[in-house]
Amino acid sequence: MSPSPPARPREKAQVLDEAAFDRALTRIAHEILEKNDGAKELAFVGLRTRGVDIARRLAEKIVRIDGSTVPVGTLDITLYRDDLDLRGTPVIRGTEIPFSIKGKTVVLVDDVLFTGRTVRAALDALIDLGRPRSIQLATLIDRGHRELPIRPDYVGKNLPTSRKESVAVRMKEHDGEDRVVIVEEEG
Amino acid sequence: MAWTRKDLLTMRDLDAAEITLLVDSAASLEEIASREIKKVPALRGKTIVNLFYENSTRTRTSFEIAGKWLSADVINFSASGSSAAKGESFLDTAKNIEAMSPDVVVVRHSSSGASEILARAMRCSIVNAGDGCHEHPTQALLDLLTIRERKGHLEGLQVAIVGDIAHSRVARSNIHAMRKLGMTVTVAGPPTLIPPFVGELGVKVSHRLEDAIRDVDVIMMLRLQQERMTGGLIPSLREYSRYWGLTLDKLAAHARPDVLIMHPGPVNRGVELSPEVADGPYSVILDQVAKGVAVRMAVLVLLAGSKAAQA
Repeated sequence: MSPSPPARPREKAQVLDEAAFDRALTRIAHEILEKNDGAKELAFVGLRTRGVDIARRLAEKIVRIDGSTVPVGTLDITLYRDDLDLRGTPVIRGTEIPFSIKGKTVVLVDDVLFTGRTVRAALDALIDLGRPRSIQLATLIDRGHRELPIRPDYVGKNLPTSRKESVAVRMKEHDGEDRVVIVEEEG
Repeated sequence: MAWTRKDLLTMRDLDAAEITLLVDSAASLEEIASREIKKVPALRGKTIVNLFYENSTRTRTSFEIAGKWLSADVINFSASGSSAAKGESFLDTAKNIEAMSPDVVVVRHSSSGASEILARAMRCSIVNAGDGCHEHPTQALLDLLTIRERKGHLEGLQVAIVGDIAHSRVARSNIHAMRKLGMTVTVAGPPTLIPPFVGELGVKVSHRLEDAIRDVDVIMMLRLQQERMTGGLIPSLREYSRYWGLTLDKLAAHARPDVLIMHPGPVNRGVELSPEVADGPYSVILDQVAKGVAVRMAVLVLLAGSKAAQA
């Protein structure tokens, strides 16, 4: 057999289309307001890259629902990974949180929740920046397979997956469309 | 962009993409300096040895702070007060340090090529923190980061490097890096302090300060390295200062109003830079020092935190 080309992800199934994507975010925005009794002392911190986009969308929704402006920060957890030297070259893109998280209720936002290791690293990274009153976790997709005792407070969609599959969250900001698909590595 | 090198020895070895990766990573790490808790766990459990055979305050401290902010254990080894003073050879000292399993050794030495000898002899990563008159790559990286933040870009900028080019590892590292990034470099100094091979590096040469600083975006003044001079290269400090010292008058008469004045330190006040220039509004000298920590963090993370570099 000839040497196979590098495995290309093959789209297996669509999980959310644009309308469902938007409905999920609207529902999460309402749940955040309900659980926290409004948006006072609330802050969003998105995990690079798509978590930041989702955090910005949630903030826009909250302005529309409630009129309150929730600050949005960006967290890069590269320096907090427990597998830093297993991942090739570390890509350091920087943390930008232009407000104090001290005493705030911080909603950590990620696109896909999987093993929980990213969230574990994010919790450490956040706490190094100050002491929030509490930290909550929002994720668009929870695909299971947790390796740590971490659970989300807000979920767009629970999606049982196999470990061989991966979930691609595509967003207009980067990919030109709002869609979530399951992809499988070929070969 | 993947980092694949075990060591950081010279800017001459690197390509433009590798230089940009280092500068970008450093820019992202700058934010740590403004945190209340200046520590991230990236290099927890890693050991960094600062092996300094030459005096240094800025560079050694900068590597030490960078390593500590990344949670590495940093050990300082200086040649005075060590077994080197008792006659142990450079390579024997290196072998002994290697036996203690460091992950990165940062070396400064008065001999050109010392860091390369270590890189061949040791399995761990080596960072050249200045070897003789050869190279000082982290200084060039911090200079590039400083210039990029002030000017917004690097490509197309014009830089004058002024003074003792012959003995300057800072000049060599900067020339290699700046040329790769599409910058134009003019070196200027008395003919005795301009090395003969400098034309091969793709730089312009000037023997008049007033000509060299005209229309450039950046003026990098170098220290007169009297400790490396064998004598007879300049008639007197006073004469050198008169022709090659940068003063406010010369700046006002010949340089652009938005020029950046840089200096790798330590400054000989009143020789290559008048105090009014060193402390003046054009000067970014202390900015360079601050950026130095971010650059060294980036280098340490890429060397000690990359899978490729550990192979």
